[in-house]
Amino acid sequence: MDLPQLLRSPRVLLLLVALGVLWPATQAAAQGGGGVSDAEAARCAFTKAEAIDANGGPLGPSIWGRLCQVIDGEVRYAEGAEVTVLRDGEEVGSDTTDAGGVFVVTIDGNGTFQVRLDPETLPKDFSLTDEARARLDNVRVNLGDQQVVFRLGEDSRGQRDFADYATTVAKGARLGLILAVAAVGLSLVYGVTGLTNFAHAELVTLGAIAAYVANDAGVPFWLSVPIGVAAGALFGFGNDRLLWRPLRRRRMALLSMMVVSIGLSTALRNGFQVAFGPAGKRYTASSGQTERAYGPFRLTPNDLLIIGVCVVVLVGMTLLLRKTRLGTAIRAVADNPDLAASSGIAVDRIVSVVWVLAGGLAALGGILYGLTINVKFDMGFILLLSLFAAVVLGGLGNAYGAVLGALVIGIVQETSGLFVDTAYKFVVALLVLIVVLLVRPQGILGQRERFG
Amino acid sequence: MSWLSIFALALQTAIGFQGASFALAASGLNLQFGYTGLSNFGHVGFLLVGAYGMAIAADRGWSIWVGFALGIAAAVALGLLLGIPTLRLRGDYLAIVTIASAEILRLVANARPSEPLTGGSRGIGGLSGTLGFFDPNFIPAGNYGIGESFVFNSRQLWSMLFTWGLVVLVTILIWALVRSPWGRVLRSIREDEDAARALGKNVVVFKLQSFVLGGLIGALAGALIALEAGSVSPTRWVATLTFALYTVVILGGAGTVLGPVVGAVVYWFILDAVDGILKNLWFDISDTTSGAIRLAMMGIGLMLLMIFRPQGILGSKKEMIAGAR
Repeated sequence: MDLPQLLRSPRVLLLLVALGVLWPATQAAAQGGGGVSDAEAARCAFTKAEAIDANGGPLGPSIWGRLCQVIDGEVRYAEGAEVTVLRDGEEVGSDTTDAGGVFVVTIDGNGTFQVRLDPETLPKDFSLTDEARARLDNVRVNLGDQQVVFRLGEDSRGQRDFADYATTVAKGARLGLILAVAAVGLSLVYGVTGLTNFAHAELVTLGAIAAYVANDAGVPFWLSVPIGVAAGALFGFGNDRLLWRPLRRRRMALLSMMVVSIGLSTALRNGFQVAFGPAGKRYTASSGQTERAYGPFRLTPNDLLIIGVCVVVLVGMTLLLRKTRLGTAIRAVADNPDLAASSGIAVDRIVSVVWVLAGGLAALGGILYGLTINVKFDMGFILLLSLFAAVVLGGLGNAYGAVLGALVIGIVQETSGLFVDTAYKFVVALLVLIVVLLVRPQGILGQRERFG
Repeated sequence: MSWLSIFALALQTAIGFQGASFALAASGLNLQFGYTGLSNFGHVGFLLVGAYGMAIAADRGWSIWVGFALGIAAAVALGLLLGIPTLRLRGDYLAIVTIASAEILRLVANARPSEPLTGGSRGIGGLSGTLGFFDPNFIPAGNYGIGESFVFNSRQLWSMLFTWGLVVLVTILIWALVRSPWGRVLRSIREDEDAARALGKNVVVFKLQSFVLGGLIGALAGALIALEAGSVSPTRWVATLTFALYTVVILGGAGTVLGPVVGAVVYWFILDAVDGILKNLWFDISDTTSGAIRLAMMGIGLMLLMIFRPQGILGSKKEMIAGAR
């Protein structure tokens, strides 16, 4: 088969790509990975602050941890188990867990240690998830003290109940809706200007950071949201007026503009790191969230809030695009700028409006995403490829397509954790993107046109 | 630290291994982006497979030649796999697919289940001992240089001589290629793809050849970075590295033979000098902060270059990248 023929059979290539990338993932799934379910692991999470409380004072140079297992849906701690720490085979110290399951073994400084848990000393009902993991041979201590985790409890992989699946799909929908809110702007900007804006991710981060700064200064969270959105909208407007409009006037090539957006993205992201610090921070509204059962779904109140806000905003956007003169004008410009201009639409003004919308929506997406994880200087950049995947999946430049694509990407990304190792979560989303480009480059809702 | 030593250290980085490896990697990107107008935003993916090819060879106890062969084979495979479906599409699709696939490669290399092959997040170490990269080093041990700051030890000299040697070979190859009829077709595709197609050229095949060859050169650079460092870990192969290479290509002059070389040297000199000055003026600045400031400056530099001097140092305004579309 010569090359042109090969080109005409994209399915052959698709199969090759899929096999090439999925192979390690299926291997991992076949090995079973090991480990209790994420939800159970989260219930057993142990922080340094809790360890200091349990120790009744600072930990000092030490290796510490807590033996915890979920038994019959109840979190229980293993008392009286023996943990020994060695360095190069020489015993450094040992500790027996207290009633709270906590052990703290004092060490003589940084280095590489071996940590052993004696499985015989575990109380009745407790067991290691993986017997081989009772001996950790390569525990590195770099910062004085280090937590070690011994996973306890049955491997509950493959024993999920219906609620687990339902909850995962709901979390996927939550992520998808956040992606949709953030991606609509990316798609609209592409539609009206043709720019693939790599700095869109930084609009997402900017909104989240602006809302955090307000929230941190004492403004209640519900009021910080509009502040963040306004900051994002203003920034979007400034982006267009100060950078992109002058470049369009100079008739800069789209490829060159793409490179400029990459420069802008790099500059902003690292600027955020300098100004905001490298650590992740949390909104006041992020604390005190516990999961509750709503029908088959186990969600936090914040999850409901996020889903509600996104649905309202997306419905509002649809109405704006469908029912108003402004929306009609935006769609006209996206369809054909020259024709729109000759019909009396002020194209430049419409582009500005689109940038304001894009900035505001991206900021809102960032704030909502920040509620589910930490607010961090690179949080938008982490989302960027998922955003692109959503936009391309739906059809570049098509706002409804972006929403649809985002939902698919969000749900695929979350539910893929059920079938392949969670480490491959992002990979699956990106793979969907590549596969779609192979079989339907115009996206689900995009119009067929001649590419290249 | 005196001003003189700041500049001496910056010069050392610029003409040392850092500059050489960036010149090599950027040469590949220059062929794709500068000469053919391909928006490969995942060049780091090619570097990654080159580096991991070497690391996996070391891990299995194979020789350095197997390492090069693995990396090159992987780069060719990656280039064909990405190129055949996407080079038919518009440039922005190629950009998104390449950046996504580079990220996929990094995440897969980093994932725990990949540990048997890639070492997961820890990566693979002990390359120089196993592969004997430094064994043919004929330079006697000791320090060579002027003054206290501008000094190379014999290992540094070896890796930099080796890499600059490779840069010279690749540069000659590219010089010969781009002045051949083949190179003229590449440039015509960059300027106007439809015109090239109308003249009966199979545009996709030419683009594919340029894409694969550029990626192969990137893989060589990745392999050398792995050899010099003696270890490979996934944290290094982030998208920012691709963007830095774009800065190098555009700074030197996209679509010029010596552009990547000049760009790499100037890039590292400026970056390192800025770092030295920052740390001198602002004593309590952390490495994280100065790293971020450096990258922010790189981003601003890339924007300004693209807007105000897209032809870079060596290019001519007449022959700008990617035509005027």
